[in-house]
Amino acid sequence: MGTKVSYRRKSRVRKLNMLSKRIIARLDIKGPNLVKGIHLEGLRVLGKPELFARCYYQAGADEMMYVDIVASLYNRNSLHDIVTRTAKEIFIPLTVAGGIRTLDDIRDVLRAGADKVSLNTAAIKRPEIIKEASRKFGSSTIVVTIEAIKQPDGRYFAYTDNGRQFTGIEVLPWAAMVEELGAGEIVITSVDREGTGLGFDIELTKMIADAVSIPVIAHGGAGRLEDVKSAINEGNADGVAIASMLHYDLINKNGITGITGDYKKEGNIEFLKSGRSFSKINTATLPEIKQYLCNENVFCRCNLRAIGPNA
Amino acid sequence: MPKKKLRSVGIIDYDAGNLFSVEHACKSVGVSPIIISHPEDIRQADALILPGVGAFGDAMKNLHKLDLVHPLREFVASGKPFMGICLGMQLLFSRSEEFGEHEGLNLIDGDVLKFPSFNASRQKNRIPQIGWNQITCSSQAGHSWRHTPLEQIANGEFMYFIHSFYAKPRNSENVLAVTEFGGLNYCSAVIKENIFATQFHPEKSAVEGIKIYRYWASRIIDNIED
Repeated sequence: MGTKVSYRRKSRVRKLNMLSKRIIARLDIKGPNLVKGIHLEGLRVLGKPELFARCYYQAGADEMMYVDIVASLYNRNSLHDIVTRTAKEIFIPLTVAGGIRTLDDIRDVLRAGADKVSLNTAAIKRPEIIKEASRKFGSSTIVVTIEAIKQPDGRYFAYTDNGRQFTGIEVLPWAAMVEELGAGEIVITSVDREGTGLGFDIELTKMIADAVSIPVIAHGGAGRLEDVKSAINEGNADGVAIASMLHYDLINKNGITGITGDYKKEGNIEFLKSGRSFSKINTATLPEIKQYLCNENVFCRCNLRAIGPNA
Repeated sequence: MPKKKLRSVGIIDYDAGNLFSVEHACKSVGVSPIIISHPEDIRQADALILPGVGAFGDAMKNLHKLDLVHPLREFVASGKPFMGICLGMQLLFSRSEEFGEHEGLNLIDGDVLKFPSFNASRQKNRIPQIGWNQITCSSQAGHSWRHTPLEQIANGEFMYFIHSFYAKPRNSENVLAVTEFGGLNYCSAVIKENIFATQFHPEKSAVEGIKIYRYWASRIIDNIED
């Protein structure tokens, strides 16, 4: 049920030679499996993360983000093997998040093959880790994810542990502090929108993007092609992280057995067994997203030569 | 057909960032590199890659501590293939203004400068530059990419960048590619005799980036057959 995209090549004048907007494939991982939830909860097993990652790489993803979605809660860091297997064959940047607490954790994940790490809980608990890590590994290696939830009074507060733990820290001053401490990039997650397909929280994205001078990635809510454009054009995001739109497209097109692989019977596999699709998400491939953005004059790496099985 | 035997390609480990992807990019084009951090290993290598992520000053300090500065200069003077990546390109220059003034390897005349905070129309530049930007042939220097590691790359191809500082060679003939960021046209790849270096990460630039490794590796094979 992919969104219809016109593939006519518009011969618009493309402004040459500038930094392009990034489309980042985000993969939430629990144990050996790719999972997807709503509001970062209610995780469904979708298949093997490496198989999805390979498809996204061949389809022209600009970056990959792996998030060990339960690591903060269960104190485990099982992602290293998956990271290593991925990094050996996928030559685009890989950011790893989830359960990274110390400088040693960061070093271990980088040695496993990650290019960047993203911190949330550890940074909230002890903000100095941002400074220490960016000194030690370089600012550009250290990303901070901010999980934001809008309060009834309209203010946004930062949460940890996949939006479960209230921190009492307001998002805007926290973003400024994150930049001040030396982080190279911010991923701003709208927990309210995450997994819903209702669109990015543009107000939140714009608030953060306008307040800082480091790159800002919008995450949470992508459900239509237009959402991606708004996050960039109205939210002033430098890139967007997309999960459901891409994952459900692969599953729809390839069928359960075609893409999910020999997934372990761990976690909630009812969704996969049911063969249902997810109605609020208009699924799309990476080339479809990029072609749409190019047609809409959003500058992105629209490399039509890099088209793989996801096309 | 005689079996092509590769000579030893060394990747310099000086505690400045991720060697994993450089190593695997080499392997993907049929080169099995060795990770080296001793002066003697540099002397014995037939080709060298200087990668690097992080701060200029710390990196130079590490190179001095490991006693690698002199062997590196000797290696480059020997004419053997040498590739620098990201910070590994910046370190080749004379000096950097990153967190105070630092002396570099001084193999290419020029400075390493910070990206300006604002562009000409007073819009803020988001620094670091992170993402895919285009590399174009430096027409000013009358360069072509023929017979360079960029030979297989289309003019205007996207490559992955992640950096806050940029190198400014004194001689325009060292500029192999230029890229625009924040209203600035800066040098994104250099060439000088046996030195080839990129500000972007070919090992993170998907299929097009791997082509650069393949070309570079093929030249090493050619050298051996000579």
